[in-house]
Parts: sequence; structure tokens; C-alpha cells
Amino acid sequence: MTIISTHALTKTYGGGVTALSDFTVEVPAGIVGLVGANGAGKSTFIKILLGLLAPTSGRVRVLGLDPTTDAPAVRARVGYMPEHDCLPADLTAAEFVTHLGRVSGLPRSVARERASEVLRHVGLYEERYRQIGGYSTGMKQRVKLAQALVHDPDLLLLDEPTNGLDPAGRDAMLALIHRIGTEFGLSVLVCSHLLGEIERICDTVVAIDGGRLLRAGRVDAMTSATDVLTVEVSEGTEELAARLAALRLPVTREGRQLLVPVADESTYDVILRAVADLDLPLHRLDQRRHRVVELFAQKETSRAS
Amino acid sequence: MRADERAPAPTGVIHDIGYQRYTGPRLGRRSVFAALYVHGLRTAFGLGRTAKAKIFPWMIVAIVGGAAIGSSMVHGLIGEPLFTYAGFADVMSWLVFFFVAAVAPELVSRDLRAGVLPLYFSRPLPHTDYVLAKLAALATAVWLLLGAPQLFMFAVAVFTTDLAPRVVKEEVTDLLPGLAYAGVWAVLFATVGLLVASLTGRRAFAAGGIVAVFLMTTPIVGVLSVMPSSTVNELAGLAAPLTLVQGVGVWLWRDALVRGPEAATSVEIGQFGPVYGLVALVVIVACLGLLLARYRKVAAR
Repeated sequence: MTIISTHALTKTYGGGVTALSDFTVEVPAGIVGLVGANGAGKSTFIKILLGLLAPTSGRVRVLGLDPTTDAPAVRARVGYMPEHDCLPADLTAAEFVTHLGRVSGLPRSVARERASEVLRHVGLYEERYRQIGGYSTGMKQRVKLAQALVHDPDLLLLDEPTNGLDPAGRDAMLALIHRIGTEFGLSVLVCSHLLGEIERICDTVVAIDGGRLLRAGRVDAMTSATDVLTVEVSEGTEELAARLAALRLPVTREGRQLLVPVADESTYDVILRAVADLDLPLHRLDQRRHRVVELFAQKETSRAS
Repeated sequence: MRADERAPAPTGVIHDIGYQRYTGPRLGRRSVFAALYVHGLRTAFGLGRTAKAKIFPWMIVAIVGGAAIGSSMVHGLIGEPLFTYAGFADVMSWLVFFFVAAVAPELVSRDLRAGVLPLYFSRPLPHTDYVLAKLAALATAVWLLLGAPQLFMFAVAVFTTDLAPRVVKEEVTDLLPGLAYAGVWAVLFATVGLLVASLTGRRAFAAGGIVAVFLMTTPIVGVLSVMPSSTVNELAGLAAPLTLVQGVGVWLWRDALVRGPEAATSVEIGQFGPVYGLVALVVIVACLGLLLARYRKVAAR
């Protein structure tokens, strides 16, 4: 099932700035990552999906509806979590989420019930009766997520949901989004500039750069071919490089590090054995985090060839 | 998981019902508008808010209520009230200024400041409905502030007499223009106040701006009304919201308004009554247009 489909979507702002250019993509249901650097056009795309901005040209469908002509119907079925602060300090989370539930058209008692329920699902219990002003950043992000869920949408649009969170908070938020996509059965579009996060929870990735579609596809298909191990030894880098080359591993050198593409599970063992045989002090061996930049770099090289 | 959820069901099975989809009714545009309007009206009087937010509006309500009680007592003693129903708004004008200056920023500047608007406008709520619900809430609050004391005075006046039909009829014919006049006050001051407040997210700036617009314009009227031309004198009232409203009141309800000691304070409008009515209408429509344009821009941001 396709949840979002665009055809030649273009948005040019008044000042001649092109935020989206000839953007064509079909997004399947599930957890989808929208990856791009800051200013790549992610937020513009989300605003067009919500019908808050009209595209300059092109066609867009969200859940089969056209947000340029039928915005209220789209918004009734979509939950949106903005990137920036959007919570009043002097209300309690329970009151605020209830109020927004009513603005989404829930009857009063239902809004109150669902507000407590979604706040519990995002991990806020008794705290929900405290004023939001006293919350930590992590708790505020949870309230932002709860208000997007309160009216039981079919699609969630999350703009940088891990912004400002510490590593533990990030993990918890990602786990929560993953649960929403799998257990709750809602489709989720997650915007991020960190491919590493997207990789962990998403089924599909859409990469965007300078308003253009870079790549779109399933995460497993996209990343398995590009996994790279980074090996760093305190001394004997040359020796190790020679040994790995002799073992038919395509080693490349980058400063003090050796980069080895991962063929399969055994690559780890081969490298570890080589290091042990040569009796070298191993400094680090880890799988390199993919960044958007690398995806982009690959695109450049494939274009050149 | 909370303790109450762990409590065993009658069958002894532990249920974690997990996330539930909602399949019940979703209300339409009118109900959403009503929810936002009621929320705004409650906010205006600090209901459902912190104690701090209640202080100022209820202080003003107390003063206005006190004035109504005082007037009724004087009415009971000497047979003539301190102020007529219609004259009540004129006497309370400064309190209305301060009330609007305090409440309009509560209604709109807070939302701008906290960045809540993207959450509203990503819901099936047109930005026009947001503006109109807030405006209706503020206008109702001002109207209640001026109208409720009049109703109180009316109740006292009617029930302390012997309920003679003549007295009741007299009081009603006095009361209705008073309530209508309060309505003109409410609509004009709510529209102007809300427009000024919507320009800034800083509540203090918004409140200052509103007081400035309402008060700083009165000296202009003062200067124009002593010019040596009677036409200029009679049109001077158009320059400030306060005298504009009073001009409309004098035009529409001269009998109810220009009476007794307040006559001296009322603006002199000569034959220009319709002009006052037209200008007031233009001001209201223009401010509403600017408000809607402002929020069209905010919604797309």
C-alpha cells in the first residue's frame, strides 16, 4: 500500500529559492525515514503533505487524498510532531493533549481518555498532571509525540524526533517510534539528518538533497552493500594492510585507519585473526556509521562512472 | 506498567490491552470551533489556569461588580441609580482597556510565543476558525464584563420595586440599549486588541501596545475638538476607539445614553452619526481582515 506518492513535485519560494525540485517518490506503508542535511527540503515536504504550503507544480497524494484541495481530510488522518518547541509552559501535559484531541474532533470525554492513554504509551504516568514548563527535554519530546497520536491518525509525520536528546533518550525515542510502527500498526514518516538512526528503525529510506530525490528504497537493500569496518592499530598499520590484502580483502587506507568492506559475518573473524597473528595492539574495530554524506558521495561517484 | 493494570481480571488472566485504535465518532467543524471558543472564554477569566492567571481578570470583575452593587444601592436609597445601563460602559471604559490589554495577549500572544500554532494548523482546523473563535471568545468576555453587571442592576431594580408592569417595561427599554451598546464595545475593542496582540509573542509588549492604541489616541481627539471649526469638532471623535464607540452609541441610542450628568462627557457628533457608524464598521472589518491575513501567513510558516 502506498501512503505518500508525489509526481514531479516542485516548490519555489518567493525569493527564487527552490526547496523541492522535480521530486517524484512512492512511499510504502511502514516506518519510513526521510533523510537529508539541514535545508535539504524535508520540512517543506512535510508542510506540503499537511496542506500548509501549496506546491508550485507537480502532484501529491497522502493516503490517497490530495492535500492541496482536501487538506482538512488529510489532516484528520495525519499526526504531526514539529521539530521546534511547541508546548505551552503553564499547562499540564494531560490538559494540553486533551485540548488538542478536541481540536482534532474527538468528543470531550473521549479526548480526555485518549490523552491519558497515549501519554501512558509514550511513558508519562503521574508526571502528566504536572506543568510542562518543569519537564526535561526528553519528557517534552514525549508530549509532542503524544499530541500527534491522540486522535489516532493513520500516518505520523515526525520532524527530527530525537532533537536535543542524550544518547539514552535517543534510544528510548527510537524504540518508541519502532513500537508505534510495528505494534500500534501506524505508518510513520521520520525526518532526520542522521542516517544511523533511520537505519535502526526504518523499513524504507528516502534520501533528499538540495530538494531533489537522491535515493529511495528498502534499508536492507541500500546498506548491506555499503557496510564498512574501520580497523585501527596503534602500530604496524602497513603490515596489517599487507596481510589483509594477502587474504583477498579489498583494504583501503584512510589516514591511520584501514577500511574493509564487510563481505559476510566472517570478515570480523578474519580481521581479528590477522591482528592476533601479527600480535598488533588493536585500537579499534567497529562498523562505520553511515552518514547522509556517504550516501551522497556514492551518488556522485556512480554518476561520474 | 501501573499497579492497577497489573491487578488480575476476574478470570485471573493479566491483560495488557496495548494500543487501541479509535473507531468512534469524529466531530465536525462546528464542534471544534465550539471547543476552541469555550477554551478561549475560560482562558479569558483564567479558568483552568494557574492562580496567577486568575488575579487580574477577577480583580477587574470585582471592581466592575462593586460598581454595579454601589449603583444599585444608591438606586435603592435615592431612587435614581449612579449610572444608567448604557452609561455603565462609558464609566468603566478604562477597566475595559486594561481587561482587553490583559486578556488578548493571553489568548493569542501565548500561542505565538510557545510555538503552539503548528499543532493547531496541522489539524483539521482552518486558520480562519482559529481567529474567529479567539475573537468571539474575547468579545464575549468583554460583553459579559459590561453586560453581567447591567443584568444584576436590572434584577435589583426590578425585584426591589413592586414588580409593577410599568416599572419593568421602563427598565427593559433602558436595559436593551445598554446591552446592545456593550456589544458594540465588545466587538470593536476585541477586534482591535486581538490584532495588536497577534503581532507579537511577548505578552508585555502586546499589553503595552493595546493600552497605547486605546489611550494615546485620545489626546488627538482632545486637540481636534477644540479646533475653531464645528465640523472638525464633531468628527474629532473618529480619531480614537473610545470616542468612536461613544459616537456610535450617541447616534443609535441617544435617549438612553445622553441623560443626566453623563451628558457632558459624551462626544458631540452633530449630524455625523452615520459617519461614526460607518467608520466603526470599517475599523472592525479592516482589523478582522488584517488578522486573517496575519494568520494565513503564520499558518504557512
